[in-house]
Amino acid sequence: MASTVEVKEYPTEPLKCWDQAKNLRKNYYEDYLHAHEKGGLRWAGGAWSFSSIPAGLGEDIYCITGEPYGATIAFFKDFAAKCHDATEAAGFPRTLCAYMRNYWGSILLDKYILTDGTVVDGYPAPDFIWQDHICCSHGKWYQLVKWLEKKRSKEVPMYCVDVSVGYPSDFSPEEDYKVDYVVGQLSDGIEWLEKVTGRKYNDSLLCDAVWNEIKATSLWAEICALNQAVPAPLDEKTMYSLYVMGTLMKHRPECVAFYETLRDEVKDRIKRGIAAVSTERFRVITDTQPPWGFLKIFREMEKYGIVSVGSLYTYGLIGMWQYQPDGTWTPKPMPPEKPQTREEALQTLVRWTLHKPEWAHFYQPELKTKMMDSIVKQWKVNAVLLHYNRGCEGLSVHIAENRLGLINTGVPVFPFEGNMGDERDFDLAGTMSRLTAFFESMGLKKLKE
Amino acid sequence: MITAGVDVGAKFAKVVILKDGQVIARAKTLVGFDLLKSASDVFETALKEAGLSRSDIQRVVATGMGGNAVLQKPPINADEAVSVVVAAAAGAYHVVPTVKTVIDVGAEEGRGIKVEGGKVRDFVINERCAAGAGTFIEAMARALEVKVEDLGPLSLKSLNTIPMNAQCCVFAESEVVSLIHSKVSKEDISKAIHDAIAGRISSMVLRIGVEKDVVLIGGCALNPGFIPPLEKELHTSIIVPEFPEYVSALGAAVIAANPSR
Repeated sequence: MASTVEVKEYPTEPLKCWDQAKNLRKNYYEDYLHAHEKGGLRWAGGAWSFSSIPAGLGEDIYCITGEPYGATIAFFKDFAAKCHDATEAAGFPRTLCAYMRNYWGSILLDKYILTDGTVVDGYPAPDFIWQDHICCSHGKWYQLVKWLEKKRSKEVPMYCVDVSVGYPSDFSPEEDYKVDYVVGQLSDGIEWLEKVTGRKYNDSLLCDAVWNEIKATSLWAEICALNQAVPAPLDEKTMYSLYVMGTLMKHRPECVAFYETLRDEVKDRIKRGIAAVSTERFRVITDTQPPWGFLKIFREMEKYGIVSVGSLYTYGLIGMWQYQPDGTWTPKPMPPEKPQTREEALQTLVRWTLHKPEWAHFYQPELKTKMMDSIVKQWKVNAVLLHYNRGCEGLSVHIAENRLGLINTGVPVFPFEGNMGDERDFDLAGTMSRLTAFFESMGLKKLKE
Repeated sequence: MITAGVDVGAKFAKVVILKDGQVIARAKTLVGFDLLKSASDVFETALKEAGLSRSDIQRVVATGMGGNAVLQKPPINADEAVSVVVAAAAGAYHVVPTVKTVIDVGAEEGRGIKVEGGKVRDFVINERCAAGAGTFIEAMARALEVKVEDLGPLSLKSLNTIPMNAQCCVFAESEVVSLIHSKVSKEDISKAIHDAIAGRISSMVLRIGVEKDVVLIGGCALNPGFIPPLEKELHTSIIVPEFPEYVSALGAAVIAANPSR
């Protein structure tokens, strides 16, 4: 709202691999839709699910992960509104997980949306459900999907993995039982998959998928670590379109190849001083999923020379990290060797996955605050924007404690209310007005309209 | 140096003209649909009171929810627009230099601002709900069929505490109607209304921490019934400056006088 001022600008340019990212995501949703035409199988489950496990059923197994699909719907507000109407008419309250409601709405409408906004008639039912119980919503999500599909005369078998073992401190031998508990379920799950699909399980494909998953999630952390550079080579709005590959296909070789390409390009941008936001002069991070229908708030911030360099969410939902003895937070090194047997693959995968930083949201708010503080310091962040996300109770739990914890470290914090998937819970004008006040209180003036 | 601050709020537009740090004119008017016209009219009134013309004012800063409506638009031609949080902090610091916490309760919004040397350290604003703002008091006055300016003095006559539990302005009105039907006195209901709004504002302000001196500004600061329950909730005394509803406009005028701040 302030009058405009002039500042020095960095060179900027679009990402060269942008179209590759767009095509990967487009193909992912289309492959799922057309899987049966290719003789393949479809499965559904959360983005946190152990997607490497169904990969052992063959090369023609296509999945749709629920949260990214819910986010895709949210981006297309008209279709999202229809999904909300459908779920509410079916008796589900609007206080439930917004991704889940979008997903259910798509089934209830019997329509499927593609990444360009094309709405296809006939929701493609999965052949089986492979899910993790990461939060209370995820625990019920696919139970309802199974029920909704049954109402459409489709019997969809479901397998759920209980992962509620807490955030392991550092996998001391005393914590092996946590790993064994999850490994045991996955081992049983493989037998279940053989039974419900009638296919023979291929352990070699499993080992490949596990290794791809570890590589992809390691690479994403490496890419995020590169964003410590000033100017930041990536901004968070762009990163949303990049990290998503890890939520869709982290076990696939295409994902690994894409992140290798991206990593190299980001390194090149740093070398040449290419900025994501040409007027960068103030760096922020956010938290949890953004209100997907209102990503323009990031463009508004750019008018003040503000770049969001990421968040614990964008770094840690897919990327794997660990604390070094000197206290720095760095990408977690990959295991020394690729697993060669089913047991090795499951052990390696579970040990790797249970280290996901995002578990801290659920189990240890103090650890989450510590991780955010590490990002603030290492990524040279000036302020934190906290999304009090009414659409996700899982990742919003404890967020007010994180606010207090961060304030105590001395970093300015701006909380705003919203919803990742239901635009009715987001007040754009009010939020922008408060954001403007926050930026002005930081001494920032608008650089351009 | 002569500067002006124009605060285009949700209900009133206020103008303060400042000469060398001293207020030489102030004026306010109800805001109509045409924000620019409302602001321009009251700006003209303030100029007349000061015996000045627009060309005598070296800088004008606008603020409030309609601040952008007068930014570089004649006849006001505000040079800059700032958020009301920043303006309120600057204005409160100008009138009470020892201020650490500003509570600003206007028609549509309630705000808590942590201040240090006139600069904003942290702030909080009520979101999507009128239950912590002046509109709530107006709605309750209508339900009680008393003038809004009489509601505060009426509440001070009550010696009883009646809890009002509704968290929504509309439902609270229903609750007031229920209390009327239950033959609860208007004095007690008035006190219940002020206790309720004080509770909502205090719980919000406590999120940023309350440090003395605490200054209450905005139109609701003119309501004597609001101050005792707010002091009780916050466990501290509150300073209400003269002309509290003009403090954000004053802050804008102060900012106008310090363009290189």
